[in-house]
Amino acid sequence: MDLDFESWPEWAHELLPGLKVSVQLLAGVVLLGTLLAFVLARARASRHRLIRATSIVVMEIGRGFPALVGLYLVYYGLPSAGLTLGSFTAATIALSINFGGYTSDVLRAGFEAVPDGQVEAAQALGLPRRTEFFRIVLPQATHVFLPPMLSWVVIYFQATSLAYAISVPELMSGAYQIASNQYRYLDLFLLTGLLYAVICIPTSRLVHYLDRRNHGGTAY
Amino acid sequence: MNIFQYWPELAQGIRYTVQVTVLAFLIAAALAVPVTGLRVSRLGLLSFVGTCYVELLRGVPPLAWLFIVYFGLPAVGWFIEPLTAGTVVLGVVYSSYLVEVYRAGLRAIPDGQREAAQSLGLGRVVTYTRVIGPQALRTVLPPAVAYLIALLKDSALVSTIGVLDVTAQALSLGRSSSNGLAVFVSAAALYLAFSVPIGAFARQLDVRLRHGQKAMA
Repeated sequence: MDLDFESWPEWAHELLPGLKVSVQLLAGVVLLGTLLAFVLARARASRHRLIRATSIVVMEIGRGFPALVGLYLVYYGLPSAGLTLGSFTAATIALSINFGGYTSDVLRAGFEAVPDGQVEAAQALGLPRRTEFFRIVLPQATHVFLPPMLSWVVIYFQATSLAYAISVPELMSGAYQIASNQYRYLDLFLLTGLLYAVICIPTSRLVHYLDRRNHGGTAY
Repeated sequence: MNIFQYWPELAQGIRYTVQVTVLAFLIAAALAVPVTGLRVSRLGLLSFVGTCYVELLRGVPPLAWLFIVYFGLPAVGWFIEPLTAGTVVLGVVYSSYLVEVYRAGLRAIPDGQREAAQSLGLGRVVTYTRVIGPQALRTVLPPAVAYLIALLKDSALVSTIGVLDVTAQALSLGRSSSNGLAVFVSAAALYLAFSVPIGAFARQLDVRLRHGQKAMA
């Protein structure tokens, strides 16, 4: 093997700006995607059948096609409908739709885990609806949905690598660029894989630990 | 917008999408068997190797694995065709997911089953193939089908190394067409046409198998 380990620290340093973009993209996706997931989850619990059905259809579509196709659709497809977006915005929107589709089920399960009695008790105490939601329902639901939600965040940190395909200057694009300039593909992609691994493995271990502790200590 | 207009061209990619998905799933399902053996081993070293296998494969994006193998390995003299590289990488990556599925399947079997098989004098192989395996299948099937769908979607990754699957067809068609949106919507619909029915089947299967379990208990 002719790996040029001596250059690895230097390349790792050059990869950092890309890593920063990956993290920014992740932040955007988690924010926008969670918002979508939340709306879908609440719509799923609606009393109106039409709203419930719409929520299910949007969720199924959101997670039914490859993220790569979604990226191409928003970046290369929307301009033909008169909407041209920058690659970063396009990637944020495209990945959020998938993320929202997957996590809406997680949020829904979280809200469903809150016993009806809690809501009834809040109502019996005459709490305003906002207080009921933010102080009674949300904290208990969070307890349930946070660990699986965080697992999805880790998965989507990896998924941001797909944005390389629409030339968002994130970690993978950075690696590809250096690799083709230096003609050191094996070095660069191994190094990049390592960077992803040192971030993702400890994080997912931590999430796993939280989840296990949670299951031991649930009050209801 | 007529989304069916582009189906004939996109359909040319279906062959590769299906081929990569099915073959990679078979590789994953087979490879996960010995790795599950490592993972559940009582020997610390073996179970550590199993854990490392799973964590490393999951901790790195599938796209990075694909690039390491396809663009990287030629540096050490390994030139692998795109189709083979894509299929093998996805198969190996997904084996790490199936290991956890198999492990959950094994855990769902009461110890009494293994003890009963032992007391009847059944060998280890027969115990697994005739007693534990068929029962574990009940727990394993629904999540395994869910991973099959995930794999179908991840098969789109092979388009980045030049396999002409549905996604690659959509990209070349969509970037040159004046109606790119219709092309990509068609491609998404094509994937949905596979993933939604299989997903519905998986849920049905889950309900049925759970029902069966209750009846057995």
